Parts: sequence; structure tokens; C-alpha cells
Amino acid sequence: MRPLVIGIGNTDRGDDGAGPVAAGLLERSGLTGALVMTCRGDPADLVTAWQEHVAVIAVDACVSGAEPGTVFRLDAVRDPLPEGFGAVSTHGFGLAAAVELARAMKCLPSVLTVYGIEAAGFDAGAPLSAPVATACRAVADEIAQDLQEALCTKPA
Amino acid sequence: MTKRTIKVDYLARVEGEGALHVRIAGDRVEHVELNIFEPPRYFEALLRGRDFREAPDITARICGICPVAYQMSAVHAMEAACGVTLPTPLQDLRRLLYCGEWIQSHVLHAFMLHAPDFLGLASVVEIAKREPALVQQALRMKKAGNAIIAAVGGREVHPINVKVGGFYRAPRRDEIAGLRDELAWGRDAAAAALQWAAGLDYPDFERDYQFVALRHAAEYPMNAGRIVSSRGLDIGAAAYEQHFAETHEPQSTALHSHLIADGSAYLVGPLARYALNFDRLPAEVQAAAKAAGLGAVCRNPYQSLLVRLVEVLFAFGEALRLAEAYAPPEPASVEVAPQDGSGCWATEAPRGLLYHRYAIGGDSLIRQAKIVPPTSQNQPSIEADLRGVIEANLDMTDDTLRHRCEQTIRNYDPCISCATHFLTLTLDRQGEGAA
Repeated sequence: MRPLVIGIGNTDRGDDGAGPVAAGLLERSGLTGALVMTCRGDPADLVTAWQEHVAVIAVDACVSGAEPGTVFRLDAVRDPLPEGFGAVSTHGFGLAAAVELARAMKCLPSVLTVYGIEAAGFDAGAPLSAPVATACRAVADEIAQDLQEALCTKPA
Repeated sequence: MTKRTIKVDYLARVEGEGALHVRIAGDRVEHVELNIFEPPRYFEALLRGRDFREAPDITARICGICPVAYQMSAVHAMEAACGVTLPTPLQDLRRLLYCGEWIQSHVLHAFMLHAPDFLGLASVVEIAKREPALVQQALRMKKAGNAIIAAVGGREVHPINVKVGGFYRAPRRDEIAGLRDELAWGRDAAAAALQWAAGLDYPDFERDYQFVALRHAAEYPMNAGRIVSSRGLDIGAAAYEQHFAETHEPQSTALHSHLIADGSAYLVGPLARYALNFDRLPAEVQAAAKAAGLGAVCRNPYQSLLVRLVEVLFAFGEALRLAEAYAPPEPASVEVAPQDGSGCWATEAPRGLLYHRYAIGGDSLIRQAKIVPPTSQNQPSIEADLRGVIEANLDMTDDTLRHRCEQTIRNYDPCISCATHFLTLTLDRQGEGAA
């Protein structure tokens, strides 16, 4: 089963678009072997999407107080995400809740790697900030490389 | 006289940003103020000067939960402005699309946001620990709703296939046929969910609401009908602004709606639709509602959870009916030529009546736009509910009362983002020194 890369966020709200932008870059990179999709961050939709995959990589904007554009790489199977992880969530209920919802139902994928990109702002209609745009490219490159290595080393 | 203030700075499990402040003096609620402070997004101004055909795609961006509702009110208002009525097959396809939105929006609210209140749990994660199969079932129902939207609308969020005059492309027969098994499953699952919800413990509270909803000659209303009320109002959408007005309240970036005749509050949404259209529900849905303990009218706002699930049951059945009868409309749209004039329309968003009015020119440009979302219309009613709930529960501790207030607001599934937007609650019991 192909790995799933899911970019979470809203491209109409400034740096909340980090996830979909990174996913789009990855999709356009020509990488094969992985399914790439975007999602607004509805936990129900996230859990439904990743139940069908063994390995999932999620990219979302986040706010931790770090420098904008800082990239966090988290193993969501091993540890819960920081509370409220995810920048702008539906009904105040985002990626961190989705992970715990799946954990409670024992339907987390075997691999769930979360990339968090520290956002600078979420103004309606604003483009990505420069540091976040740079981080999106770096995250897309890193995911592409990881997937390539994983697919190359996958037993026949 | 004892006075107290209770403050809740953040209301969870609602869409958007707001706050609530309540001041209590003795056994009297002195002041209830629902603050909505999310900045407005000026969609109505943004629409001016745009081509009238852009309205469905622009207004869909108002809400990630109910974009179909915005699209439906927009396209119908534009078609009304241009004197165009769609043939039945296109109307049916729009109704199928709306079923998808009702299902996904109602299931999201009922299980993910509202149900924890009735189980004494903090969130759906806690429900999932106790009853994983129930939550899995809810996720699958929601997915079925999303699948309708994707099949008809082109994608799940902010559909792209809706146009003034119909659709850009009619789904193939097999694309709609592919939905049928899951819709049949969903109808059974919704019936089971309604039975489950009937066993929850609902606070004993009722109010004499003035219900306002669409009423259609033959069907449970979604895209069409006259605007009627439980107090005898019966008007076309064109007369909406003669009977309903919006006022700006200083505490809110959302407008408050009321009836012009007497300034009274009114209620839109599932309770209103249900009360004014119970006879339009199929007999088996009526029977399921009665088996769940509902009468033909429900005035207990907490039981809106039950009514939403009745509507989910209905929407699955209706979607299945439409899917089974589906043949791709040919053509997928009719020509709509712009003409000087204005058009009004109201449809039934999951949260209630959604009114749009546009003035357009013969050059196809939008001159004026007015959008009245359901949460704006319900704001005075939310405050009236809170006043009644607090007065009936003054013996509660501040924490318990604070929670009950949040639960009361969540009855409305308020889309503060639409109304424009987060909630901080302050309860003020003056004199008692309570925090």
C-alpha cells in the first residue's frame, strides 16, 4: 500500500497554507509511489483518510513561539502531539485531536510522521511568509528523499 | 442582593472566535452578551464588481463546513435575478449535493462536538475510548456525506462544479451509482445513531421559539420554498428584508437579526425546519423520530442533537432515492444571460435559513450583495436561551453553570466564522465574589 502524504491547512489564510503548499511541491516533483492529498484539517476527515494507509506523513503549520519557518519532525505514533498542534483548526479541534482520536480507536497507521512548520501569520488572503515558503520547499525535499530511500530499500 | 460574575474565556467545539459575558444579580440575570470579535471578512464588498457567475465560487469560501449552502443560495439568487428556473433533473442534482452537506455537517456536530456534552466527557476522543465502534460509524457516515459532495461538486471542500445555471459537468451515471451501497448503509447507520442518541440524558428546558424556516409544497426543504414561521408568516424570499432586519450590536462583529414588526428574536435551523415541516418527512423518518421520543415539534434546544440525526436519516434516504433515479442531466447547465435587476433566494443550510440578495447589471457585474447567515439570525435566540437556562439553574456552581452555558451555545452548532467569528464566556454573579 502506498504511503500517504497529507498537507493540512487553508491556502487562503497566509501561513496556514504551509501544509497544502508543501504537498503541492511534492506532487509536482514527479515523485511516484506515494499518494499526495490536501485537507482543511477536519479531524474526522484526517482519521478517515489515514485509516487506509500503513504509513502517513502529515504536514501542518504550527505555532510554538519558535522562529517562523522552523521545522519540527514528530513521531505521532510514539508520542501525542503537543496539545492544540496545528495552526488554524476546525472548531478548535485539529491534528493533535485527530491523532488521539485514532489512537483511542486503535487505528493509527504504523507510521505517522508529522512535520510542523512554524507560522508567522494567518491573515485572510495573505501569501505564505518568506521563511515559511522556504521551509515548505525544504520539507517537500526531505519527504521526497525519505520516500525515495524507503521505496528503494523496500523488499521486492 | 447577591451578585456574581462567571467568566469563560474560551468556548471550545464551535467554529470561530467569540466570548460570552453574563452578569447575575440575585435570582435575576442582568446581562447576557455574546461577543463575536473575529474580524469580518467583507465578502459582500468583495463581491461587488465581480462577474455574477463568480458568486458561487467566491461565497463557497465563506465557510469550510457549509460551502454548498453558500453556493446554493448564490446560484438560485442569480438565476432569480435573470428570470431562469432550472429543469427538474438539475434541481434534483443540487438537492443530492445538499444532502451530502447536511450529512457531513450534522454528523460532525452531533458526534464530534455535541455528544460529549451529554456524556460528561471532554471530547470525542473520550467517547472513542469508551465506544470506538460508535465513533467509527460516525466517521463512516461523514465520509459518505463527503463522497456525495465530491461526486457532484467535484471535491469535498469548496466544491468547484457548481455554476449559475446548473453544473459545469454532470456526474456520470456510474459515479452516482457508486454511492448507492454506502448511502443504504448510511441510512441504517443513521437510524441506529438516532436510537443511541435517544438514550442520552437531555437537560429539561424548553422555550417558546418563533420558528422560521423554508416550507416547500411537496418536500422537506433544502433549496426552495416559502419562508414561513410558527406565528403565521408566509412570504417569498423577495419579501425577506421587509420582515427581517439586521442591527449592529457593539459587542459583536456579526449582525443580529430580528423581526421588524416587533423586534422579536426568532430561531432558524434544525428545530425550526423540523417543527414547520414534520409532515414533509417520509413516514418512516417520522416514525423513527417518534421512536426517539420526539413529537412533531421539539422546543428543547438540547434535543437539537436528536433532530439533527433525524435530518441525517432523512438526508441519507433522500440521497439514496435521488441516486437511484439519477440520469445525467443533458445539458449539464442552462444558459443564464445577465440582465439588470436583483434576485433574492433562501436555502436551508445545515444551521438554518441562509438568505442571499444580489443586484447585477446587464454587463454581468455584481452591483450589490447581501448575505444573512443562520448564526447571525440565531444570535438573539442564543442569548435568550442562555438567559433562560441561567435563571433556571442559579443553584448550580459556577463551573457547572459555565459548562451548561457552553453546552447551550453548542446546541446551535454556531458557525461564528460564517457570522463572522470564538467564544470567551464571562459569568458575572455580582456580590458573591465568585470568579
